[in-house]
Amino acid sequence: MKETPLSNCERDFVLLAVREKKRLDGRQTYDYRKVRIAFGTEYGCCVVELGKTRVLAQVSCELVSPKPSRPSEGVLFFNLELSPMASPGFEQGRQSEMAIEMNRLLERCLRSSRSVDTESLCVISGEKVWQVRTDIHALNHDGNIMDAAVIAANAALAHFRRPDVTVQGEEVTLYSVEDRDPVPLTIHHMPLTTTFAFFHEGSRLLVDPTRLEERVMEGRLLVAMNKHRELCALQASGGIRLLQDQVLRCSHVASVKVLELTEIIQRALENDVQARKEGRCCGLAESLPVQRVTVACAHDAVVNNEEARRRADEVVKCAEEPADTEGAVYHRGPHTAQVGEGLVNSWVVDDNEPKSEEEQEEAMDDGDLEGVKVENEEVEELSDDSVVILETQHRAPNVVQLSDGSEEDEVIILSGKDLMNVSSDWSRVPLSVPPC
Amino acid sequence: MAGVELLSDQGYRVDGRRASELRRVQCRLGVLGQADGSALLQLGNTRALAVVSGPHEIRGSKSKALHDRAVVNCQYSMATFSTAERKRRPHGDRKSIEMSLHLRQTFETAILTQLFPRSQIDIFVQILKSDGGNYCVCVNAATMALVDAGIPLQDYVCACSVGFVDETPLVDVCYAEEAAGGPVMAVALLPRSEQVAFLSLDSRLHEDHLSGVMKAATVACRDLHAVLSRIVKETLQEATAGE
Repeated sequence: MKETPLSNCERDFVLLAVREKKRLDGRQTYDYRKVRIAFGTEYGCCVVELGKTRVLAQVSCELVSPKPSRPSEGVLFFNLELSPMASPGFEQGRQSEMAIEMNRLLERCLRSSRSVDTESLCVISGEKVWQVRTDIHALNHDGNIMDAAVIAANAALAHFRRPDVTVQGEEVTLYSVEDRDPVPLTIHHMPLTTTFAFFHEGSRLLVDPTRLEERVMEGRLLVAMNKHRELCALQASGGIRLLQDQVLRCSHVASVKVLELTEIIQRALENDVQARKEGRCCGLAESLPVQRVTVACAHDAVVNNEEARRRADEVVKCAEEPADTEGAVYHRGPHTAQVGEGLVNSWVVDDNEPKSEEEQEEAMDDGDLEGVKVENEEVEELSDDSVVILETQHRAPNVVQLSDGSEEDEVIILSGKDLMNVSSDWSRVPLSVPPC
Repeated sequence: MAGVELLSDQGYRVDGRRASELRRVQCRLGVLGQADGSALLQLGNTRALAVVSGPHEIRGSKSKALHDRAVVNCQYSMATFSTAERKRRPHGDRKSIEMSLHLRQTFETAILTQLFPRSQIDIFVQILKSDGGNYCVCVNAATMALVDAGIPLQDYVCACSVGFVDETPLVDVCYAEEAAGGPVMAVALLPRSEQVAFLSLDSRLHEDHLSGVMKAATVACRDLHAVLSRIVKETLQEATAGE
């Protein structure tokens, strides 16, 4: 499937953002996206996430006969697969020009810079050597697959262990993983790439372009470097004219980035070794971030609400005294009272009196009154609704305080014992407000 | 690097050149009658034949056409007899596809493609004899062929490879120097503006040496430009004198 063309609107937007030194994901010009490295349970398996770009690298090895031109050197093989899984724009099967270019870059970056010692991969000179094969699959394409692939390849090669071999005379013994600890490869250095995207005829550049930025960019410069500040590959392509200074500046930026990335890879490798030693869970499934909605714990977020609180206090201070609504307690039938004027409660009021009387009688048995009393001035009994309107003007100190300034109505459920008095004497209704 | 001394104490290289000395450049324009432009260029022992056709209508599927500029189509191949060991596939392997891509990228920047919307320019380059610096010879040959075809260019595109041995940049490396495994940088330059149209580097080179190597490459490309433009002028003078 051909990739959907980018609309002019989007293109202009990205270009404008680049001109204003802004990026959609809030990064600065030289910022890398977040790099996450996870290793599989098997040796030599590694998933690298660069923002939303995700690649999987798997290293495997087998014994083969060496090339006649280099009889005592092992063979390194790299293969980067851009399947339609990563992006519908990638074709199935035949490798595109882009894929070939990336594969060649990967080879140049890792093989011709001799990052892995090939001579230690020789078993019998001219007859048997190890072929170490690194397969890299792009799982999700959100720009800058090349950098992610190189990180993945480096991490996977450093993580990989090959079976141990001994040679005695003509006899070659290959030990299984159970018999002898597998041996790591000899890694001399880690060449890591930094991709620079150029915009506006080379006047603006961005590190680690996302997919959108990649589609708008005019050209790119790829700098592969190790932490000793040695350039391992350099490639300016995509139809951009650069000045020498720009190339030099980019290489400086790359040297900083490479240090950071090497650090991240080393830390990931150490963590994995530690986890394996302690027998903790390791593996890809283990390291996948939990992205469920129903997480059982709530994370505390620190919010500074000092200012808001202060202003709220001020508002309260300045506000006028609320209208005299307090204490308007409506007693709506048995077990129910209401403070303030709400809607008419229509479902409890139909209770027939005698039944509720009985309940109240029962309730009388348990417990004493906690001295909660409401002094009431007036009691009106409405024949139909049997609503008692209580006006609590003065309150005794131990009387329930309805201490909210809000005008909202509150329905107070009275417990049976509180209503004891109601049954005996309608003029005295103790109130207890259940804690809200 | 084992055994071979790439730079002697006296400052001579394996083929007797100085560090900053180019190989001998020979070039003939218009070697083929049928093509719109053609050139045969030899740099030392590396020889390339470049053929340019176009701008013409898009061949093949029309969907490749670009509404605002011309499509540049490059094909690189190596003759089976060009190397010491006979090559089995002259083109279509990974390296030649990569090389074709690099050539295309180089010339897309140099050709004023916006003058020919919806058309196509073909550049075919074949290496007839390979002795190091294949990419550079191809670029130089293709430039000459484009000049011969009369296709408007931003500038000459001059390419040169630079190696680095014993703290010294070696300009225009030959096969022996390339095969030794040291760093080799290929630079394609637009000499007048000193803009880099293409840049690639193999093997390890310390960052501190980068500017020195690039400077050497720039100087070499400017020297090449002088030679190439002289050849073009001479060819034109001959042609006009004949009339």
